[in-house]
Amino acid sequence: MLNLNNLAEIPIHIVLVGNPNTGKTTLFNTLTGQNQKVSNLPGTTIEEKKGFFDYDDIRINVTDLPGTYSLYPNGEDEQITTQFLLNHKNHAIDAIVFVADASNLERNLLLYTQIADLGIPTLIALNMLDVLEQKHIDIDLEKLSVELQTIIAPINARNGTGIKQLKNKILKTKVAVQRNFFMPTAEQNNLINLQPNVETAYTRWQIVYNSYKFAKIKDDIRQQFNEILPFSDKIIAEETSKRFAVIHPIVEQITLKKTVKEKTITQKIDAVLLHPVWGFLIFFTTLFIIFQSIFRLAEFPKSWIENSFAWVTVLFKSNLPDNTFSQLLCDGILPGLAGVMVFLPQIIILFFILALLEDSGYMTRVSFITDRLMRKFGLNGKSIIPLIGSMACAIPSIMATRNIENKKDRLITILVTPLMSCSARLPVYTLLAGLLFIENTHALIDLRGLLILGMYIIGFIVALLFAFIFKLILKQKQRSFFVLELPDYRLPKWKNISITLKLKTKDFVFNAGKIILIVSVILWFLASHGPTEKFAAINQKYASYTQPDREAKIQSERLEASYAGILGKSIEPAIEPLGYDWKIGIALITSFAAREVFVGTVATIYSVGNSDDESAITSTLAKQTNGETGKKTYTMAVVLSLLVFYAFAMQCISTMAVTYRETKSIKWPIVQFLYMSGFAYLLSLIVYQTFK
Amino acid sequence: MTAADLKKGERAIITEVIYCDLQCKLLEMGCYCGKDIEMLFKAPFGDPIAFDIDGYTLGLRKEEALKLIVELK
Repeated sequence: MLNLNNLAEIPIHIVLVGNPNTGKTTLFNTLTGQNQKVSNLPGTTIEEKKGFFDYDDIRINVTDLPGTYSLYPNGEDEQITTQFLLNHKNHAIDAIVFVADASNLERNLLLYTQIADLGIPTLIALNMLDVLEQKHIDIDLEKLSVELQTIIAPINARNGTGIKQLKNKILKTKVAVQRNFFMPTAEQNNLINLQPNVETAYTRWQIVYNSYKFAKIKDDIRQQFNEILPFSDKIIAEETSKRFAVIHPIVEQITLKKTVKEKTITQKIDAVLLHPVWGFLIFFTTLFIIFQSIFRLAEFPKSWIENSFAWVTVLFKSNLPDNTFSQLLCDGILPGLAGVMVFLPQIIILFFILALLEDSGYMTRVSFITDRLMRKFGLNGKSIIPLIGSMACAIPSIMATRNIENKKDRLITILVTPLMSCSARLPVYTLLAGLLFIENTHALIDLRGLLILGMYIIGFIVALLFAFIFKLILKQKQRSFFVLELPDYRLPKWKNISITLKLKTKDFVFNAGKIILIVSVILWFLASHGPTEKFAAINQKYASYTQPDREAKIQSERLEASYAGILGKSIEPAIEPLGYDWKIGIALITSFAAREVFVGTVATIYSVGNSDDESAITSTLAKQTNGETGKKTYTMAVVLSLLVFYAFAMQCISTMAVTYRETKSIKWPIVQFLYMSGFAYLLSLIVYQTFK
Repeated sequence: MTAADLKKGERAIITEVIYCDLQCKLLEMGCYCGKDIEMLFKAPFGDPIAFDIDGYTLGLRKEEALKLIVELK
């Protein structure tokens, strides 16, 4: 409770609750600005968004809870919201800010009445009154406030109107809503009397229901529950109907003017974007533009980053004494950092486009038009978002599967998502595509870009294929459904997008980037160190050798004698049928931490002076010949076999870690590893043996 | 008739939500008895179907729309 004498010292904790698509996240961004932190709730991967702002010398902490339509959860995200609110004492919540969409009041108020019945101080931030105005509807806010027994703050989360008043009203929200919207039935009361010491009857009912449904309670207690009241969805259906019976008259009363319905802007746009023919065409055009822009636009900042790292490396090398430390810095750490940074342009562009599609409302339309196709393969219209997202990175995408309510659909989506070509494969594809089309530099359509687009499409087809196989294998417990709100189109809001981009970039640099850097240093160690006697023998062998290629020969022999060389040679028998030698073997091993490490590895293996220069790597690879036969190492068959291997093998430890966290079972990352790598091996074998 | 039988632009009133494991979800989304519903458009191959429910657009699969018994207005 608020102490009025001592305001400055007591922070207030509020939570944002509301339906999806009500502008809740926009409000959160408007309130907290840059002062926000996303972290995982303990023991889960559900993101918890926290932030704060100061008003009148008072620190106000804000938690943004996942959007939900009701306190009866349909998915894991929604479960978090319910659990959080039922546990509000532990979380020390001072007030709930219920974000409601004014243009959709009736449906929004269902959740409001449930929350009001929990007995927590609640106020309504009524958003999207501008939309209401566009629809020529007028509502009586004062009357609404009286009927709902709560403070109402009209806001426009997008342009900031009413935010100051909202902050002011938050400080005044100290008492719980006095009106009861739903009284538990006699049977429910018999049950909830078993739960003492909780504020309201409805809170007790929710706790009983949620522990029955989700918590690990003993079978005899479950039995006891069932004897008092047979649990079924009918109870919820009845409650929902009763609530609407209260809400509907209220909304009718407060609606002052309602003109004849005309087509909204959203419906007009949908007529084009969801047209049976144009809809698909626009969708595929969008995909095509995404690829061309990632490939072409990202080239510029990429080369700036590459050039600066090359410049710094040269600077260090010429000014530092030649010792282990400077070798570690110039050959281990700097290339590793470059390997991380070089990704940022692509990641930023892709996440920018995804955020744009998401924020504008087009993404849900994509789910809508693809649902029927996806369903055939055991997926869901909602799977398309993770699948498209995993073209940037499987890690956030696997996390994004959380809004798929159906467990089986979600599991299948998680399992096949890494088959989509992620941006970590891009540098590998680029390098290999460069080897296939060395001559093509100024054609109208970039052939390399076309090949890469092809790889993305193949990845998608194979993902669908495996989804279908999993659909047949896995047992279905819960039926699949698709009940999806198609929100109104909105102009994307730059602030939302920039915050998303910032968080994603940070996430990549500090999570994936960490691994890439560590692997890069380990790799440098493995490739530059080996059994001492062997290294000494090489030095001795070349002691009197004075030809100009002396240094290169020493390097190459050293690598062969190094730990990496030993490792690569030991797996050579297994990868020989795919057309790979032990040098490629080394790259395969290091790629198991992150695929893009392939590029850096081959640069080291073939001692390309400047490992950030893609074209230097390409031309060096093209020149490589087999020492024994004198034939080219990177023939078309080998390059194609490598392309296939990198497209399908599970080579990302981070992805497996995320799958483990999301499925909470070690079984699924193992399944993922085995089926993907097995398939990749088989297909590469076929490709190489066919084309060699 | 059911909501799945509605033609583009046809308006109707929901008269029953058939009991099924989706009943609660449909109710939560505002599809309850007495509610106005209008068929807006269909995805390619006629499934899923988008409806206007009191000012917002809801996408439902055909099999889900079959659970909504409606009466033409």
